Amino acid sequence: MKQATHSPSSDAFNLVQALKDAGFAGMVTFGLCVPIVAFRAEQDMANKLVLQQRWWMALVITGLVIVSRLLFSLHQHSRRNDHAHQKSAAFAGILEQIKPFLAPLGFGFITIYPLVMLAMHGPGGSIKWIDNFGIQILIYVMLGWGLNIVVGLAGLLDLGYVAFYAVGAYSYALIATKVIPETFPFLGVWAFWICLPISGLLAALWGILLGFPVLRLRGDYLAIVTLAFGEIIRLVLINWVDFSNGYAGLSSIPRPSFFGIPFNASDTGFAAVFNLEFSPIYRTIFLYYVILVLSLMTAYVTLKLRRLPVGRAWEALREDEIACRSLGINTTITKLTAFAIGAMFGGFAGCFFAARQGFISPESFVFHESAQILAIVVLGGMGSLFGVVVASIALVGGIEILRELDFLKEVFGPTFDPSQYRMLVFGVAMVLMMLWKPRGLISTRDPSMIYKERKAISGSMVQEGHG
Amino acid sequence: MAIFIQQLINGLTLGSIYGLIAIGYTMVFGIIGMVNFAHGDVFMVSAFIALLLFIVATTLFGFGIVPALFLVLVLGMLITGLWNWTIERTAYRPLRGSFRLAPLISAIGMSILLSNLIQVIQGPRNKPVPPMFTQVLPLFEENGYTVGIGYKQIVIMVVTAVLLGMFWYIVQKTPLGRAQRACEQDQKMAALLGIDVDKTISLTFVLGAALAAVAGVMYIMYYGVINFSDGFVPGVKAFTAAVLGGIGSLPGAVIGGLLIGLIETMWSAYFSIDYKDVAAFSILAITLVFLPTGLLGRPEVEKV
Repeated sequence: MKQATHSPSSDAFNLVQALKDAGFAGMVTFGLCVPIVAFRAEQDMANKLVLQQRWWMALVITGLVIVSRLLFSLHQHSRRNDHAHQKSAAFAGILEQIKPFLAPLGFGFITIYPLVMLAMHGPGGSIKWIDNFGIQILIYVMLGWGLNIVVGLAGLLDLGYVAFYAVGAYSYALIATKVIPETFPFLGVWAFWICLPISGLLAALWGILLGFPVLRLRGDYLAIVTLAFGEIIRLVLINWVDFSNGYAGLSSIPRPSFFGIPFNASDTGFAAVFNLEFSPIYRTIFLYYVILVLSLMTAYVTLKLRRLPVGRAWEALREDEIACRSLGINTTITKLTAFAIGAMFGGFAGCFFAARQGFISPESFVFHESAQILAIVVLGGMGSLFGVVVASIALVGGIEILRELDFLKEVFGPTFDPSQYRMLVFGVAMVLMMLWKPRGLISTRDPSMIYKERKAISGSMVQEGHG
Repeated sequence: MAIFIQQLINGLTLGSIYGLIAIGYTMVFGIIGMVNFAHGDVFMVSAFIALLLFIVATTLFGFGIVPALFLVLVLGMLITGLWNWTIERTAYRPLRGSFRLAPLISAIGMSILLSNLIQVIQGPRNKPVPPMFTQVLPLFEENGYTVGIGYKQIVIMVVTAVLLGMFWYIVQKTPLGRAQRACEQDQKMAALLGIDVDKTISLTFVLGAALAAVAGVMYIMYYGVINFSDGFVPGVKAFTAAVLGGIGSLPGAVIGGLLIGLIETMWSAYFSIDYKDVAAFSILAITLVFLPTGLLGRPEVEKV
């Protein structure tokens, strides 16, 4: 079925082979579809399952697979003849030329993004674009950069990162709704700014607490224990109703203030103080800049840490733990700092998330979130800060775009609901992106130390996940 | 005592379902060192296949329950095997030899894909299965509390035992099993000795899926309901079972599955049903801290 790429390829397109492959793929697809697609069990009034037959659907899917397999064969054939290497080399050359301008340009764009949106869509229409796209993507960029410290730099595979996000969110929610109003009511407007460092510290503390027992574990054992911890924290939040209000979650969490000036319609509110007309858009724009600053702080700290002994120790640990130990690096401290610092940024992001939503429940902290953050880190190309940004835009922004595809309703009829295909497309995209770029989008990275001349390190030189 | 024995029976039933799924994790991990995250969802898909086949067999062809179940078991194993074969072929094989986390991410994507595919094509609501084998065989009575073993529990344990026996025979006595064990020990050497490694890996996926399909049939029989999101929790617990037993070890997976089933039911009976999953995960964490390679796992040798 799959031909080795270096096989002597004749210039003629082997139609018979392609048809055979396509026919085989079609047969397999039809076999897969037989019970699952061709039949559907639906409850009737008496809650009994009634069978519906949908053979047309199975045939349509089979047909689609046959056609795409044929197109794939054609594509492979044309690629073999097309000297694709030269093309990609030329492309890389262009990329090399524009590279110095990329960072300032991108940075400039994210800085003025809310104002551009405001100008384009007006105060009412731009909330969606700033909140659903800007803030949402930046939260994941920040989480990705935080997890990147643990997975990308220290090479510790953490599948329960969302636990620290939850710790941060619940710390803020509980302190701001229970502790502050009861004991220090005058601090009410400052709640967010007081709780931000507290949430980060609490999350870091949990990082150390959870990190400590798992230090002896390696690779996949570490992964499953972190996954288990993530689930334990979520289950405790669900079941310990007195503490966290269970499934119902915590609501009316105070929103952040503009350094003491609340965003409301009162006389002391933001709009009144600055002589503006009251509008919810100011808070959204402010939140955008808060998360922008928080995530840039994460990136800055990561870049600085990479040059400090502890950051070098992380990367050394990722490459070879035994060598590390024999050079006298304290692997316990090194791993714990990675866990704690990664968790701390997760805690900051969680605190911000709670403040932005005003409502949190355990539903927001499921394993799927951890998987999505890990996917962003791996897809970005482990350890690459810029890659995380690209992957967040692709995955998170891509999902949000799918919400907007209302025109599909006109194509497929009014009962067609594109949003139910959102996660399906997300899963397909994750698999396809991995197949397309297994090492992530940005698979080269700058060395943290330079001896004589600057060399790019290929991602293939980097080992991951053995810690 | 009576309650304890009743819980023991329930725990073993649940544990055999986890054990069947755990084998799929442990075999794949043993042979290609990859955590097949989509396995729990393959199990869920198999339960849906079983449900649909069962309804087709009983309503369209008018089979009785026992022949229908037998047919569902055989066809379900075949079709689920085909599913996992296709998944391995499209999502994992191209990434073999690539770096370690790539197949893991691909598997997580596949898991999201499978559960949402079922949601789209079968609908998001719970699917109730007509109850079968509802009789209970009373064993003994103590202080007015009757200890009984349900007929379906008997069916589950017997079928599991028979299929595990067959599976053990395949792995230990047939050329396929030999090839599989050889690839597990050293893929390069196995390839040099003329074993088709790719084919063996594919067959490992098919075997794992077939056992997951058995678990799927047992699951809908035992719980009487299936939902598109039901793959994750049994999947994670079965993976926990595989790690607890020592990942890569087949008897370990079965023992781990039974242990997780027992811990879960005992904890629900004596402590709190809300925290049963917390108990299972905590015991996993504690075991790994003290026995880093699980109960029956081979200790890892560090080579420099």
